[in-house]
Amino acid sequence: MNLPLTRRGLGAALLAVTSLSAGAADLTVSAAASLGNAFKALGPIFEARHPGTTVVFNFGASDALLTQIARGAPADVFASADQDAMDRAEARKLMVPGSRRNFASSRLVMIEPAEGALGLKALADLRRPEVRRIAIGHPASVPAGRYARGALEAAQLWTLAEPKAVMAQSVRQALDYVARGEVEAGFVYATDAAGLQDKVRVVAQVPTATPVTYPIAAVAGAPNGAAALGFLDFVASPAAQAVLARHGFGKP
Amino acid sequence: MDSAIWVTLALTLKVAGCATALNLVLGVAAAWLLARRRFPGRDLVDAVLTLPLVLPPTVLGYYLLVVIGRRGWLGAWLHQAFGIQLIFTWQGAVIAATLVAFPLLLKSARTAFEAVDPQLENAARVLGLGEWAVFFRITLPMATPGILAGALLVFARSLGEFGATLMVAGSLPGRTQTLSVAVYEAVQAGQDDTANLLVAITSLTCVAVLLAVGRLAPAARAR
Repeated sequence: MNLPLTRRGLGAALLAVTSLSAGAADLTVSAAASLGNAFKALGPIFEARHPGTTVVFNFGASDALLTQIARGAPADVFASADQDAMDRAEARKLMVPGSRRNFASSRLVMIEPAEGALGLKALADLRRPEVRRIAIGHPASVPAGRYARGALEAAQLWTLAEPKAVMAQSVRQALDYVARGEVEAGFVYATDAAGLQDKVRVVAQVPTATPVTYPIAAVAGAPNGAAALGFLDFVASPAAQAVLARHGFGKP
Repeated sequence: MDSAIWVTLALTLKVAGCATALNLVLGVAAAWLLARRRFPGRDLVDAVLTLPLVLPPTVLGYYLLVVIGRRGWLGAWLHQAFGIQLIFTWQGAVIAATLVAFPLLLKSARTAFEAVDPQLENAARVLGLGEWAVFFRITLPMATPGILAGALLVFARSLGEFGATLMVAGSLPGRTQTLSVAVYEAVQAGQDDTANLLVAITSLTCVAVLLAVGRLAPAARAR
């Protein structure tokens, strides 16, 4: 009497699992960490316009995402936080030629913890001896770190800041270090700081050598290339641009 | 680049060495209590002390962050009273590695102590040795091979600790960037040559440690 029951149960379980993975087509979007909140808001809107497609997000530091794609990760779309990462992606022939476009912009800011802060006022305040640790994304793999390093070098502060730097794996981790009060200052995007206003305080806007613009492109040979191109058109649409603006992003 | 790798290796060995030394003291004390003393809740204590073996390292890393971070209840006190900050320091990395590897030594040491014949200890007491002398001259020497095997496992585990270490100590080259963190960053940055070299060094070190453990274990069984 037990055997038919377990057979039925096993069959039902297998059916459930296979129907979960098959069915709706997946669109995998690898996007820079700083795009997290905005893209999670864009996902349902895109899915409503394209019934049958499920948007799957993969957030991380742009260079790390690039490494994944280079090694064959099945991403359909790649959105990076600086032109450098996308340039390298195109140089390695990983993107569909001609699909690249800029869809948003942001600004780099210097922040400090909201509680127990030193009351920093400008970039030059990093010289103060009380500033012992500064959270910066790792320049080798995080665009925000590259922007910050460029800005500090331009202000002749990099040699001073580098020994104090705590290299974060992504801009969101740098934000977290500041929010927890483990560092005295950090460099993140204005959009990141806006999301945690009760925990961090913006000290100053940091001028960057190149404007902070976000490029997006379709991955060559991706599983869902058609939907990828649809997503690229979507982020340029007025509806998506309005959502991005609500999250603090500027026009491309 | 080469000198940076040796600095990373030296730092990793230092962190693993300190974690092993700390665990030897704490683990041997806890193991002896569990092996030789009966008290209510002994099994529960054993389970709680073994927890780090089962919990994901990131969970342990988060607990540590909450406790010894600048706003944590222990970290805030340390910061106010002594100006000590543990996050982003190699001492923080030692604490993370110690916590994660503690159950390995606890288990090995407890088994080793339980294998020591209590008759020998009682004979020593009859002959007039005090408790400390019984421990250091009878119990500990007989349990040493098992304890050392546990210590080598702790060393190897601390060498490879990643999740908790990254959360607590961060990645400061030369100060808290251990081999496993360096490998992770090299891969993220697409620096395959560096990653290959780091992985090779780490693998060779771990193989050497495991071979040493294999040498000691038969000695423990022979007794």
